[in-house]
Amino acid sequence: MPGAQERILRRRIASTQNMKKITRAMELIAATRVVKAQMAANDARPYSEQITNVITNLAAGGTAVSHPLLRQAEDVRKVGVVVLTSDRGLAGAYNSTVIRAAERVIQAAKDEGKGYSLVTIGRKAEGYFKFRNYHIDASFSGMSDKPTYEDAREIAAKVTELFANDVDEIELAYTRFITMGNQQAVVRRFLPLDTEHVETQESSGPKAEVEFEPSPASVLESLLPRYVESRLFAALLDAAASEHAARQRAMKAATDNAQELIVKLARKMNQARQDAITTEIMEIIGGAEALSADKGSPEDLLLDHLDTDPFPKRVGAHQAHDHSHL
Amino acid sequence: MPLQVELVSPESIAYSGEAKMVIARVVTGDIAFLPGHVPFIGILQAHPVRVLFEDGTELSIAVHQGFVEVSDDKVTILSDVCELPDQIDVGRAQAAKAKAEDTLKADSNDEDAKAALKRAETRLTVAGAVTSAKAGAH
Repeated sequence: MPGAQERILRRRIASTQNMKKITRAMELIAATRVVKAQMAANDARPYSEQITNVITNLAAGGTAVSHPLLRQAEDVRKVGVVVLTSDRGLAGAYNSTVIRAAERVIQAAKDEGKGYSLVTIGRKAEGYFKFRNYHIDASFSGMSDKPTYEDAREIAAKVTELFANDVDEIELAYTRFITMGNQQAVVRRFLPLDTEHVETQESSGPKAEVEFEPSPASVLESLLPRYVESRLFAALLDAAASEHAARQRAMKAATDNAQELIVKLARKMNQARQDAITTEIMEIIGGAEALSADKGSPEDLLLDHLDTDPFPKRVGAHQAHDHSHL
Repeated sequence: MPLQVELVSPESIAYSGEAKMVIARVVTGDIAFLPGHVPFIGILQAHPVRVLFEDGTELSIAVHQGFVEVSDDKVTILSDVCELPDQIDVGRAQAAKAKAEDTLKADSNDEDAKAALKRAETRLTVAGAVTSAKAGAH
């Protein structure tokens, strides 16, 4: 029968092993999802590149437009923050890093006496800011690990609406996917659109004059909202890939830790079992000795202290005599 | 030299191939692109875009909104809502059409319903092209 200590350890090892199985499964799932998310990001690239390309063409053509999305506020009084997090945890520092980055922006705005407007994407950000009594203008959830363009459109519509009302500047806090092992929480200017930045991406070489139907200004006007959507979509996809990568890493660490813990506990358990066995043996020996010592004295009395041997030819008597000295 | 045709949606490249001519309807009217067309950018209407191949066959794509960009013999259709004929659910399109028509009967100025009707009609035209092409093949 195993000792109490050993039983407790055995149970802990079993539960750690179960945990390890779960974290291992989550790690594998996250690994395949990273690949899928990266593929989605790659598939989405041609569209955003084309749109950027068209806008570059328009900018190169010197199209002067005053579109609400390009409105540069001279005096920023209200800063909008869009923060992209996941719905589920167990992704290491993924959520807390990006939330902290967003909170810093809000605090900075508050310190400068500006107002703020907050849009959260993912349940983690919503929970965090709600708990700390921030005013949330809109929150979206349920799409963070596999965003669709429809989601991006919905969020872009809300963000554009805020910008059209009284928010002078929109910052987007998300996690940029650099490599499998490297993701970075960044805060990027989302609105107003930075047309100067677009212009610098101009392709080299001479280009024929582009015809616009119906006119450059109206093309740009209907293109800009698409551009906003596609930028947001790109950020969503990047964040999704980062989320899965972060989760994969966190779960790998958890699996490794579980394995380490299992080894340590197994050693401890073996030691406990050894101890228990040793103690048991000691007890048996002690008990046997005590018993034989008890039995020994009457026999001694009978056999040793008799002047004459009552059973001179019997071997059993000698054996009993030997046992008493064990 | 044939035209390179690409149908790019935000989530993927939905179609890519070579064609002889592309006919699209921009806001000011129908326009056909042949190889050697000058660079062009236009806003598309909700209307099928027809792609005519070298071998005389044709592909209709339902484009509900988007842009067409032409440069260097490459026609790129940028659209966030576009469907190839085999992706269209005819039953649903018909239901949507009937619903939009009902709404328009009650209120002939309903812009949403008008747009919905146009979308449904575009879908049905594109899907119809498929069924007629199949019938012709038999």
